[in-house]
Amino acid sequence: MDMFLEILISALLVIGGIFGAVGSYGLVKLPDPMTRLHAPTKAATLGVGSVLFASLLWFGFFSEQSSWHELLIILFIFLTAPITGLMIAKSHIHRSWQWHELPKPKPDENWATCAPDREEPEAEHQKAMG
Amino acid sequence: MIWRLFPHPLLSILLTLVWMLLVNRFAWGSLVFAVILATIIPILIAPYWPDRPRIRRPIKFLAYSALVVWDIIVANIQVARIVLFMPNRKLQPAWVNVPLELTAPEAIAVLGGTITLTPGTVTCDVSDEGRALLVHCLHAPDPDAVRDDIKSRYEARLKEIFE
Repeated sequence: MDMFLEILISALLVIGGIFGAVGSYGLVKLPDPMTRLHAPTKAATLGVGSVLFASLLWFGFFSEQSSWHELLIILFIFLTAPITGLMIAKSHIHRSWQWHELPKPKPDENWATCAPDREEPEAEHQKAMG
Repeated sequence: MIWRLFPHPLLSILLTLVWMLLVNRFAWGSLVFAVILATIIPILIAPYWPDRPRIRRPIKFLAYSALVVWDIIVANIQVARIVLFMPNRKLQPAWVNVPLELTAPEAIAVLGGTITLTPGTVTCDVSDEGRALLVHCLHAPDPDAVRDDIKSRYEARLKEIFE
């Protein structure tokens, strides 16, 4: 039983390490910011998750005191990773995408961060000035 | 009266559980403090969150969570394969508009989070009236299939759970 658990925990650690490395490599390799966003929101989630799960198992079976913090960390990472991704995507859309490059938001009119024919405030200001 | 004291009963239970897990060992003092926190925090945030999310089928919600965890594992393997073995010029990123049938904001938030955590898709924006999601796909030769997949696999289940 101990043998089996040790193998399982080691396997989880190795899997976590591999996925963490792949996620970081994806950040370097993928061509533009939107695709780069995919690597850390997923690969890193499973990487961190399986390392924490290994820690949970180890403390649960081999240590005197069991530890539940890992469970909370996994929960909070799964809650916060999509929100981080969403905020990065929103700011990127806001700064570098035009309305006609995105699909239309049927059945509504506008995207929250991208409205049609958005003019730069500075351009409007210049127009008003002269 | 009981609703005024516990405006979000599920949140109160969750806060108690999280606090007990943070303390990491059982003690009656911590439980009392957890209950105090679980009473005060929902009352403080109730003005900003007037509606209560209604989970009609809690067991289905557990089944949904299991499905999502499984999909996260599959998603990671797929994304890892794309990152490692697919040359960048073969990559076909795409934007997809997902019209929503869900109306509860909590359900839409859960759907958005699920989309971000699962195969090759990231939720990027919501429309101004909250009836469509903008999703970015890492590699989607057929964007319509991705949309149908999201709608049948996740949204239909969430609709059963929340509405």
